Amino acid sequence: MAVATNRLRQFNRTMPSFIWPAIRAILVAGICFVIIYPTLSQLSTALKDVEDLYDPSVVWVPKNFTNVNFKKAAAGLNYWVALRNTLMITLVTSTLQLFSCAYIGYGFARFRFRGRGVLFALVLLTMIVPPELIMVPLFLNFRYFNFFGLLGETGVNLIGSLWPYALTSLTGTGIRNGLFIYIMRQFFRGMPGELEEAAYVDGAGSIYTYFKVMLPNALPVMLIIFIFSFVWMYNDVFFAQMFMPNADLMSRNMVRLPLVIRYEQGPEASLAHNAAIILYLLPLIILYAWLQRHFVESVERSGIVG
Amino acid sequence: MKLNRAFRMRLNTKRELNGWIFVAPFVIGFALFFLYPLYQSIRFSLSELEIMPGGFKLHFVGWQNYHKLLFENVKFRRVFVNTMIKTLSDMPLILIFSFFAANLLNQKFRGRFFARVIFFLPVIIGAQTVMHIQSGDFITGMMRSANLAQDAGIFSGLHLEQYLYQMKLPLQFTNYIMAAVNHLPAIINASGIQILIFLAALQSIPSSLYEAAKMEGATAWEYFWKITFPMISPMMLTNIVYTLIDSFMAHNNELVQLIRDTAWSGGGAGYGISVAMSWFYFASIALILAVILGVLSRNVFYHE
Repeated sequence: MAVATNRLRQFNRTMPSFIWPAIRAILVAGICFVIIYPTLSQLSTALKDVEDLYDPSVVWVPKNFTNVNFKKAAAGLNYWVALRNTLMITLVTSTLQLFSCAYIGYGFARFRFRGRGVLFALVLLTMIVPPELIMVPLFLNFRYFNFFGLLGETGVNLIGSLWPYALTSLTGTGIRNGLFIYIMRQFFRGMPGELEEAAYVDGAGSIYTYFKVMLPNALPVMLIIFIFSFVWMYNDVFFAQMFMPNADLMSRNMVRLPLVIRYEQGPEASLAHNAAIILYLLPLIILYAWLQRHFVESVERSGIVG
Repeated sequence: MKLNRAFRMRLNTKRELNGWIFVAPFVIGFALFFLYPLYQSIRFSLSELEIMPGGFKLHFVGWQNYHKLLFENVKFRRVFVNTMIKTLSDMPLILIFSFFAANLLNQKFRGRFFARVIFFLPVIIGAQTVMHIQSGDFITGMMRSANLAQDAGIFSGLHLEQYLYQMKLPLQFTNYIMAAVNHLPAIINASGIQILIFLAALQSIPSSLYEAAKMEGATAWEYFWKITFPMISPMMLTNIVYTLIDSFMAHNNELVQLIRDTAWSGGGAGYGISVAMSWFYFASIALILAVILGVLSRNVFYHE
């Protein structure tokens, strides 16, 4: 060990100072390339005409720019209707999840009560249960919804409405909400307690303290959670097929696209598929481009890890 | 003295009550949208479902569904073992890569902000729905085969493989490395959140520790093993658990697909078997996580 350390020290001294930055630059650039390569190639393909596909001199930049593929893809996805429906559902659910998970997480972080450990273990349990397990019972639950028998014998049919999304989000049982509760709990545990004590001394109640003192401080973490929740809801097919069996939604139309524009149609279908991928990712990319500065900074400051 | 104790009691009950006020939404949601469906799925897994006009009927069959899937179903055992092996062998690769990437991103260099924006991108655009359509795509397939034909550089997969064989490393080891190299893009795409967690952990290490080590004349190697590694070990554990859950729940996971396909096969007859599969899968996940947590949480270092 000592010999190795000495060698390392010598190596450090003899190695010119520019070598590591150079290696690092190559590594970072390489990984970045691997990450954005698929999307770039899809974009380039989506802009191509069929002619360009068979032209060996065309690699990245097409000679005949065309928007035919995008038109076809937009029609195949029923883009604008699906986008409007999806955005509505996604924004409602992620906003609700954001507030409910922060609220629940705060309860776990700051109050000692009997059964807290068990209850928190149950939060983690919701994360590791495969969704397939509760899919059909959950569907039946919303199909014949009777809140502990309060809504009559047969219950109310909530399938096809926003209610299933709203109810699961409000109660912190939506997609990966366990993770959000966990993150919020870690964050609130890391906050100094003096702020709340000051508020309590002034006679504020715990709920008032939470909303006026703690929540405003949690904004950076909540931004991260909002982005996660938005992305996961946007991509979700599982809840969509259960709660909204008939509506046009982006994720589902995307999965079904090969049935609308079939592979057998050959290269034209493929071009349209690539255009569809770009159209599909566009709202996410816009959201990320808009929030990326805050997102990356939040990761640094939020103390997500407690 | 007595008064003081009574006062404290009241304060405690009040705080306890407050705690319940905050976690109440989860308790309600858990009971309604999780526990009750879970209970019903146990019933489903122990029965045969018969679909009738205007509803369905359950016939209690005991452990028959479990017996069927373990001893009669042709696919289940093979797919189950494959999924387990793939998940467990990908986990170290994802962890090593994401830790490495987080260390890169934690250093100071020009363009760091931009690099971070790109590194977190898979979290945003690595959608399963997109992967789904890509896998059957004509042009993607064409380009992939074209790339294979063109690969003649020293870093192409084939040459690396030859090189590793010549080094006379154990065959399993070589195969593992090759598998890792071949699905590097998939691993990079699966590492977004892990990078994020590691990066946040690295930034939470107090710089005073490094300064003290510098005074003692430590090398980068010693910094890493004596400070960085122990300090981020709790987050290593979090990441191991997250990675496992993430790949167990992924939609492109072979077993998850089998469970879905089985559900609606045979006009409802497959449903009981599908739920039994899910239960078996869930039990194995829980077991693996329990073992990992049990073994590792003892070796994790907590600063405070």
